[in-house]
Amino acid sequence: MSGPVMPAADEATLSRRAEIVADMRVIVPGEGVVEAEHAMRAFESDGLTAYRQLPLVVVLPETTAQVSRILKYCNERNIRVVPRGSGTSLSGGALPLADAVLLVMSRFNRILDIDFANRTVTAQPGVTNLGITKAVEEEGFYYAPDPSSQIACSIGGNVAENSGGVHCLKYGLTANNVLGLEMVLIDGEVIRLGGKHLDAEGYDLLGLMTGSEGLLGVVTEVTVRILQKPEAARAMLVGFPSSEQAGQCVADIIGAGIVPGGMEMMDRPAIHAAEAFVHAGYPLDVEALLIVELDGPVAEIDDLIGEVERLAAQNGATTSRISTSDSERAIFWAGRKAAFPAVGRISPDYYCMDGTIPRKELPTVLARMRELSEKYGLEVANVFHAGDGNLHPLILYDANKPGELDRAEAFGSDILRLCVEVGGVLTGEHGVGVEKRDLMPEMFSDIDLNQQIRVKCAFDPEHLLNPGKVFPQLHRCAEMGRMHISRGQVAFPDIPRF
Amino acid sequence: MTTFTPSSAAETLDALQWAVSEEAPLEIIGHGSKRGIGRPVQSEHAIDLSGLTGVTLYEPEELVLSARAGTPIAEIEALLKEHRQEFAFEPMDYGPLLGSEPGRGTVGGALAANLSGPRRLKSGAARDHILGVHAVSGRGEAFKSGGRVVKNVTGYDLSKGLAGSWGTLAVVTDLTFKVLPAAETEKSFVIRGLDDGPAAFAMAAGMGSSAEVSSAAHLPPSVTGRVLDGALKGPASTLLRLEGFGPSVEYRLKTLTGLLAAQGEIEVLEQAQSRQVWREIRDCLPYADGTSRPVWRISMAPSQGWKMVAELRLHAGADVFYDWQGGLIWARMEAEPDAEGLRALIAHFGGGHATLVRASVPVRAATQVFQPQAGALGQLAGRLKDQFDPKGILNPGRMG
Repeated sequence: MSGPVMPAADEATLSRRAEIVADMRVIVPGEGVVEAEHAMRAFESDGLTAYRQLPLVVVLPETTAQVSRILKYCNERNIRVVPRGSGTSLSGGALPLADAVLLVMSRFNRILDIDFANRTVTAQPGVTNLGITKAVEEEGFYYAPDPSSQIACSIGGNVAENSGGVHCLKYGLTANNVLGLEMVLIDGEVIRLGGKHLDAEGYDLLGLMTGSEGLLGVVTEVTVRILQKPEAARAMLVGFPSSEQAGQCVADIIGAGIVPGGMEMMDRPAIHAAEAFVHAGYPLDVEALLIVELDGPVAEIDDLIGEVERLAAQNGATTSRISTSDSERAIFWAGRKAAFPAVGRISPDYYCMDGTIPRKELPTVLARMRELSEKYGLEVANVFHAGDGNLHPLILYDANKPGELDRAEAFGSDILRLCVEVGGVLTGEHGVGVEKRDLMPEMFSDIDLNQQIRVKCAFDPEHLLNPGKVFPQLHRCAEMGRMHISRGQVAFPDIPRF
Repeated sequence: MTTFTPSSAAETLDALQWAVSEEAPLEIIGHGSKRGIGRPVQSEHAIDLSGLTGVTLYEPEELVLSARAGTPIAEIEALLKEHRQEFAFEPMDYGPLLGSEPGRGTVGGALAANLSGPRRLKSGAARDHILGVHAVSGRGEAFKSGGRVVKNVTGYDLSKGLAGSWGTLAVVTDLTFKVLPAAETEKSFVIRGLDDGPAAFAMAAGMGSSAEVSSAAHLPPSVTGRVLDGALKGPASTLLRLEGFGPSVEYRLKTLTGLLAAQGEIEVLEQAQSRQVWREIRDCLPYADGTSRPVWRISMAPSQGWKMVAELRLHAGADVFYDWQGGLIWARMEAEPDAEGLRALIAHFGGGHATLVRASVPVRAATQVFQPQAGALGQLAGRLKDQFDPKGILNPGRMG
């Protein structure tokens, strides 16, 4: 396969590998340095397994002081560093580089503080997303963002990727639920952003850090907001003869002022794959299936679920079921949650895309996708976070058939271009990483991208942290600093000019 | 003195390119409703964005709205109201506190000041609702960031980076926000007579319950007479706000009553009074007294605010009320503000930040209006400023 072009390895660093490994062992004593090839294999890729690369050395620090010393050491010697959490990225965000230290944060696995009065949890970045909820659920609380990898993915990785989940229309993304960070800059300086209080003093560095994909600094502590669990939740399963009708139903629900806790849509191929896998009782004679979950006080759900049912009927729903118990609700969700492995059963390989579109464009996008599917000769199944327009097409292919992976990648790129064309974006929650890096110019001009890179320059002027990710080209910060001064056009002819 | 009044993004770019080429600093102004916040700007020239107006996209069913930066917030809110929607972050109106008329302020200013309101804990601030911007940097380059969809992690979130930057990084020309359905109704649950400490406890209990309280404020006795046209005059009032559909609000009111009725005397504010009092709290109207007596806006962990205030009162005359479950403290000082002393107290009680949002010009010129940032953090913020505005032409000195 083609694969992305990564920054050329620095020969000087490669030649000093033994010395670097020895120095890392001084900074992180014990088992924290992994250098044997067979042991490093476990780290050669993340959730995007099509891309693999062995790192220079794997280092697993345990303290902020160690992270600080590692980064300072690397900065002084011009050694690249790739941070990694649990390695569940679907965009290659933690793909190693041959000449880079892979900084694995999994030993930062402790919850540091639980504060129910302020409804915050402070955790080390290697704690899993679900681990935060587990730590507070006995008291009736939970952490709202719930990416489907939440059993494994780390809260530090969630910050790096600004992870979402099925509940984010109502409860927000990671960026809306993180209150504070401790982080280490590439020069080893440790800074704190935010805390248990709200809003930043000065610039919103917390906002810039969230979703920065490991290019700005290494997070060593995260403070998040926890919420009281909703009193109850009920789900509705609604089948429609067309995606247009399902889409209009979603629009009408929101138009009625109802913000469901979750609202998911699946197309026919996804419904069939999921039903064959988990037997959730999904209707097989519909083109679109909607799962609408209302959560909150019992009285509110009772009040609103009838309204949702009415809107579904009004839009031509052919089947409609309301969960009567938590176990039935779980069954409704089981098919959707297993959609990816379900597709994995009917195809040797699948490629998961992650564009976002204005919701009203769904029928157009699905129709165009069917045309592309014919053009490339590959099937596609769609699951859709209907509330927020985040579309996950799953392209079915067989890596063992020559050319199919390349065709799948080309098909995927065309889908993302289509998302941008209709007013959407390249990635809703999986991140740019290496996967969508070279598509960034589809959405951004050189000036747009350069301004983003300038943020990078403020944090990491030598581009040592996670190079080769997010940006198609990283210009040297010194060159970026040059000003190309134009004296303006003629809109203000009265102002004095040279 | 030149004041540019661009009527398009292209003219804004042009004016900025002139300023860059001349190295001529500019003050960035919308309606000027928050012009009195921050240190006095050191510039001969200004750019006035109030001509850059108009809602350019509003799709209620997609929950998205775009507008030019100088569009009045009031105009947008009226449009949203027609569709029973709103900015869920409830941008406050600084006008009355700072001595100008209410109802002014632009959507660009709302982002630049990262405005929010009593719903901050539940629904966030402007930073949490901005989806995308078009802006011109201090390099004289027009750039965009983000988009028009809610879920987007494509590239760095420069829109959030501009939130709360008070016009010192870039001049925003167009903004796209997420909008949300407005609550059908609201009521407020009021406990009378609590001291600050027990009030903080009651607010935490309410906010941490399944009653889905959207705002929690505490008005000590010195403040209760200055809201609702005096209707709450008398003992301290601790307010918990419930919003949503009617049956849900009634149900949750019962939940709260069961939880908190033993704390003190209970009152319930119906919709009209509830909406009024939260607007008054949002806009800090109890201190909109027509003076320039110093007013601090302090953000701390909710459980710590009242403890800091108790200590502050030993050192200075301060009239205080609390929003955000006790985490937002509005403090009107009797005498000149001792910024260092106050910030040392905040640090002692777990940290946070203080902004001197109202003070006379000489006081502002001599005081660190915004929370200063020391060490590596301050240097990082300085490098970020240099990357956006290397010649220092945008609102020089305002945040300094």
